[in-house]
Amino acid sequence: MSEIILAAPPPAWKRALAKARSNPTTAAGALICLIIIVSAVFAPWLAPYDPTEQDIMNRLQAPGGEFLLGTDQFGRDILSRLMWGGRISLTVSLGAIAAAMVIGGVIGMVSGYIGGRFDLFVMQVMDVLLSFPSLILGLIVVALLGPELVNLVVAIALTAIAPFARVARAPTMALKERAFVEAGRALGFSHVRILFGHILPNILSEVMVMGTLWLATAVRVEASLSFIGLGVKPPTPTWGGMTRDGFENILDAPWLAVFPGIAILLLVLGLNMVGDGLRDATDPKLRNE
Amino acid sequence: MIHFIARRLLAAVPTLLAVLTLVFIIVRIVPGDPALVILGDQATPEAAAALRTRLGLDRSLWAQYFSFIGDALQGDFGVSMVTGRSIMAEVGAVLPHTIDLTLAAMVFGVAVGVPVGIWAALHRNGVIDVMARLISLIGLSFPVFVSGIFLLLAFALHWRIFPVIGSANLDDYGDRLHKLILPAIALGLVMAAYITRVTRSAMLQALSEDYIRTARAKGVPWRRVVWVHGLRNASIPIVTVVGLYVGILLGNSVLTEIVFNRPGLGKIIVGALNQRDYTMLQGLMVIYCFLIVVVNLVTDLLYGVLDPRVKSA
Repeated sequence: MSEIILAAPPPAWKRALAKARSNPTTAAGALICLIIIVSAVFAPWLAPYDPTEQDIMNRLQAPGGEFLLGTDQFGRDILSRLMWGGRISLTVSLGAIAAAMVIGGVIGMVSGYIGGRFDLFVMQVMDVLLSFPSLILGLIVVALLGPELVNLVVAIALTAIAPFARVARAPTMALKERAFVEAGRALGFSHVRILFGHILPNILSEVMVMGTLWLATAVRVEASLSFIGLGVKPPTPTWGGMTRDGFENILDAPWLAVFPGIAILLLVLGLNMVGDGLRDATDPKLRNE
Repeated sequence: MIHFIARRLLAAVPTLLAVLTLVFIIVRIVPGDPALVILGDQATPEAAAALRTRLGLDRSLWAQYFSFIGDALQGDFGVSMVTGRSIMAEVGAVLPHTIDLTLAAMVFGVAVGVPVGIWAALHRNGVIDVMARLISLIGLSFPVFVSGIFLLLAFALHWRIFPVIGSANLDDYGDRLHKLILPAIALGLVMAAYITRVTRSAMLQALSEDYIRTARAKGVPWRRVVWVHGLRNASIPIVTVVGLYVGILLGNSVLTEIVFNRPGLGKIIVGALNQRDYTMLQGLMVIYCFLIVVVNLVTDLLYGVLDPRVKSA
């Protein structure tokens, strides 16, 4: 090794964020996400109607007029249900991705740090997890555990652990050979301190960028499970569940399926736009583009 | 080449065994007694015990495990706990529908994604490139049931070009294709978007290589440089994505089958979930994973064909 770097390279996180902000696509994505997050978080105050209150006199009202996005077969206001439904989508996907990021990240870092046969074995297990189609794995886990919010988080997290382990492992393997890690070892730092104090800050941006992109996948999987009927139980509104209910009335009231579908599409799109921008900003290969 | 194939085949064996073990464990750790689930809560203890014996659930876990692995390796997944019919027969009856759908979606994804990706790469940062990137970003954000419903509303309910119900007669190829088009587009949309992106970046990479300059300097026509020299070298990442994506297509085919009301593995799996048909679930999971292991194997072999350097690695 010709050059000796004793200090860890500066975290690229801030630089990347500044760069991402100047990209119009990323900014648009962030705006979409922000609107959805605000309307979901403040749904109790912002929603014009109670999302579960039935109003038989006003069932299947077309969009426009008193009910901006119309009403469903029980006379419930679609806009209010969408705002409340966003809470489920966001809670489940944020919870699942946070769990997968922590568990998968730790597995990948430890595996890459220890190396050798242990690493081979762990990666083989991850490969097996990867060989299940994620929707099928999620479907089966939720069906077996029961359709509840916590189980949805568990199921979706389970499908995302292996990719996070992979993304954390590769840079750990490279970093553990670096001089600053060797210096830490020479100073008698514990493995835990080296891993979490010195290696973790260097791989964090990569893992976080992947987290944003996987958040989009998690939203999609949650919506898909709800659409199949394995989401949080009614009458709690979920976007996937609303799409399913609307699909059953598609001939009389197509907007019932269209609006929640657009909501899912917009949130996934917004997250993808933000994730793409962050990835481009942190990817050294693309930095000069 | 034979040596290469043999090595890849051998490498797939431990994965398959591990998958079988994992499936066995997942199905066993589920709370609830399957005998009571099938018979209902009012079942007498004798009836439940008799059913457990018939299903083999009274044997030790090890005995169940080894007979499961042994049978599975012979392609025998037993009978459905609910209907009592052979799982292979039930799956075999609908598998062609799911394979039709998955293959058609894959063809759509490649047929759209590769040319658009190349087109975008050739007009880098121009209007076409920006449009292609934006459209592919939107395309890959579509949950398959949403794109399915939108297509259904537009082309089956509004314009009535395609049928609403997708159950086709397998012997009538015209009918089969006609009923396949909308579901295949719905399912293949995300794949087309991914392939567009990967093709674009792989082509940009390939076209910046020295051998492309050499080929142009020798006077090879530009069209040939792009489609032969460029694409051939960009093909490895494209094949990788296609291979990885088949698993997602198989998973998403469940949703497509629900939206378009097509028969297939998706319908069986949703039915088995509702009825807690453990043996059926076990069999389906193994079949899904088997399909994916096969796809990975084919992908690996294709690498060998596309890039001779892979074989000696």
